[in-house]
Amino acid sequence: MKRLLHLAPLAVFAVLAVYFAFGLTRDPQKLPSALIDRPVPAFALPEVAGVGVPGLASADLAREVSLVNVFASWCPPCRVEHPILMRLARENAVPIYGINYKDKAEDARRWLADLGNPYRAIGWDIDNRVAVDWGVYGAPETFVVDAKGTIRYRHVGAVTPDILDETLMPLVRRLRNER
Amino acid sequence: MIPEIGHYALVLALCVAFVQSVLPLVGAQRGESALMATAKPAALAQLALTALAFGCLLHSFVVSDFTVKNVVMNSHSAKPMLYKVSGTWGNHEGSMVLWALILALFGGCVAAFGRNLPPGLKARTLAVQGMIGVAFLAFIVFTSNPFERVIPPPPDGNDLNPLLQDPGLAFHPPLLYVGYVGFSIVFAFAMAALIEGRVDAAWARWVRPWTLAAWASLTGGIALGSWWAYYELGWGGWWYWDPVENASFMPWLVGAALLHSAIVAEKRDALKTWTILLAILAFALSLVGTFLVRSGVLTSVHAFAVDPARGVFILAILVAAIGGSLAMYAWRAPMLKGGGLFQPISREGALVLNNVLLATAAATVFIGTLYPLFLEAMGGAKVSVGPPFFNATFVPLMVPLLLAVSVGPMMGWKRGDLAGALGRLKAAIFASVAIVAAVYALDDRRSVGAALAMGLAAWLIVGAVVEWAERVKLFRAPLSTVWSRAANLPRANWGMAIAHAGVGLMVMGIAGVTAWQTEVIRTAKAGDAFDVAGYRFVFKGASRAEGANYFAVRGTFEVYRDDRLYATLAPERRWFPVAGMATTETAIKTNLLADLYATIGDPEAPTPAGNMPAFLAPTGADTAWTVRIYHNPLVPWIWLGAAAMLLGGLVSLTDRRHRVGAPRRVGDLAGLQAAE
Repeated sequence: MKRLLHLAPLAVFAVLAVYFAFGLTRDPQKLPSALIDRPVPAFALPEVAGVGVPGLASADLAREVSLVNVFASWCPPCRVEHPILMRLARENAVPIYGINYKDKAEDARRWLADLGNPYRAIGWDIDNRVAVDWGVYGAPETFVVDAKGTIRYRHVGAVTPDILDETLMPLVRRLRNER
Repeated sequence: MIPEIGHYALVLALCVAFVQSVLPLVGAQRGESALMATAKPAALAQLALTALAFGCLLHSFVVSDFTVKNVVMNSHSAKPMLYKVSGTWGNHEGSMVLWALILALFGGCVAAFGRNLPPGLKARTLAVQGMIGVAFLAFIVFTSNPFERVIPPPPDGNDLNPLLQDPGLAFHPPLLYVGYVGFSIVFAFAMAALIEGRVDAAWARWVRPWTLAAWASLTGGIALGSWWAYYELGWGGWWYWDPVENASFMPWLVGAALLHSAIVAEKRDALKTWTILLAILAFALSLVGTFLVRSGVLTSVHAFAVDPARGVFILAILVAAIGGSLAMYAWRAPMLKGGGLFQPISREGALVLNNVLLATAAATVFIGTLYPLFLEAMGGAKVSVGPPFFNATFVPLMVPLLLAVSVGPMMGWKRGDLAGALGRLKAAIFASVAIVAAVYALDDRRSVGAALAMGLAAWLIVGAVVEWAERVKLFRAPLSTVWSRAANLPRANWGMAIAHAGVGLMVMGIAGVTAWQTEVIRTAKAGDAFDVAGYRFVFKGASRAEGANYFAVRGTFEVYRDDRLYATLAPERRWFPVAGMATTETAIKTNLLADLYATIGDPEAPTPAGNMPAFLAPTGADTAWTVRIYHNPLVPWIWLGAAAMLLGGLVSLTDRRHRVGAPRRVGDLAGLQAAE
């Protein structure tokens, strides 16, 4: 009995640890960005070798309203949002550009081969330089960029169907009408 | 070059910490003094190397070296020097380096000054400290390198979060960290005692000063944080039950319980396994606090790093440290011999009550903080528990605790006399009843709760004075006797009286501002006048202002009392274009009895174009502005009370009983300096 009593703290902690582990899988919070309503920072990133889409440069983003998604193969929430991005790409709803964040080329390639590639172009940001310019806190993050190449919205964390339908797509439609 | 030296020093510190965590432990198990003796140089070397790394990072911030990514992300060349310096720890990577530095500093102190510790206990304590060092240094080196370069460097940095650009907050994290990390030493002592299978009065005596030091700095850190929230957030409140506030409050509560139970362990050789458990929990909660802030598991103003790799790493540290120590506890604690017996009505009994209530309070805060996480895990909605939960659960726990605070010290060890103790507290009982009646009679708002809380506060303060007076035989012996008794009274007793009276002061402050706060939110044009709690406020209009790295709007109020100018308040809203963030600068006029507190909001004008905030819209002389004015009675006493608690802790720390036989040899200090 006495021994059981001394085991109680350990048992309580074991339960807590499971919850903490769960907490890690949640979407991170929404964070404000210094770059809202500013032009995208000038950059030109190489392609991720072997994926079959070109690299990404700031000029690519000044043509039409688009989403820029910061992703990485090591990031569990990216896996969560990936099917939603795939659906968008299939429906041709809005062009999606990718910034591959702190990732190895072969890991990114395998990841896209397994899950599909929703991106028109992917910039390979191996040294994290462009992500610093964009003020990225972590992956995933999604930016809405308008047709003039101005950042209009930033979402931190995985894109969920709710966020897509209630925030991102209405904004995309509104920006299209602005022209 | 300098960032590379810092990075290299971190890696070396990691290696040294690894040696420190293995060799002394092996030595202590085998009884080989040569191996045990490696603990001291290893701890000092770890300190020197971590200090070097921190110095290099500090240098990068001070000279604004924008080839370092961390400096780019968190600094700006136009920033005042104080915030360049505090920017070093105002970000994830730098704050972790500070954590590791303070950890090494505590380890170095034990190594350098713990000459009278038994060699086995010292070696094991430092080994456990070394393991914690390994965990945190590995975390920094593998997931949070603060020295990462950006080539080619950008022309300027992104600026530190403007909310953090504040003198109060510049020193809030270091103090909190001293508190958090201070519990690591107590934890290391507890683990060493479990490994040895022996906890005695001497062990409790070694642990107490470290607990006191950690608890006192945590008190200071929390008070600074609360003060900052009060004047910087501009909401007129001083405590929000924010997850990050709670994260520092939980170890504080458990630390307070530990302080008291260690007394019983020292004097009466009782409550030993409980004391060990509290020592583990105090540090465990410090780690959980770090986890909550760093991983973004719970959303809060304070969280600034979101990176799954880091979260997983911290979770691994948590599981290893807390799970490992609790497993050790489950295995070894039943083998520890129980100590002295006591009656429920006794000094020990009062301290047990203190411990039960403080631990329950900590558990309550814990549940309230993590409940949203639990609920979401069960598939529920995202919720916030909020202040109503904490007020409804925390206050009922505190009332019996505070009632017992004045009685406990009046009771004898082993078997106390409750009636006798209450009899000697006649003055305190009389004072509290008188205060309750007087406050109720004078209060226009007829708040019963406020009157009772004031009575409780008087009970605490007068109770502390009565206890002190009894010890020095005030009014019962000639003045010379009183003087000499006061001079010879152990510092620990002085500390207790000061800290307990501080709790009373704080209760008065909390009750005062809760019951009698006046809040006025309205729009005002230049020339408008209105009354707040007996003061006449005249709004003189708002004008533009500029600082080193911000643009601001400054409103001016003239405050009249009885037709005489009492104060001029000039609250500001600041816009930091580089960081793209706005802050509120409240204007506060205090007379130590009450604060007048003013903030300025947005004008009634079209929102400006681009990303400019609404308060920088073009305005004219007759534009109406939203203004908020608070009259906060007794609110300064909250921080005066906290300061008294901190002072009580520090006075108690100087008690010579903590230093008996402690070395004050010049050689150790010289060695420490040479090692740096």
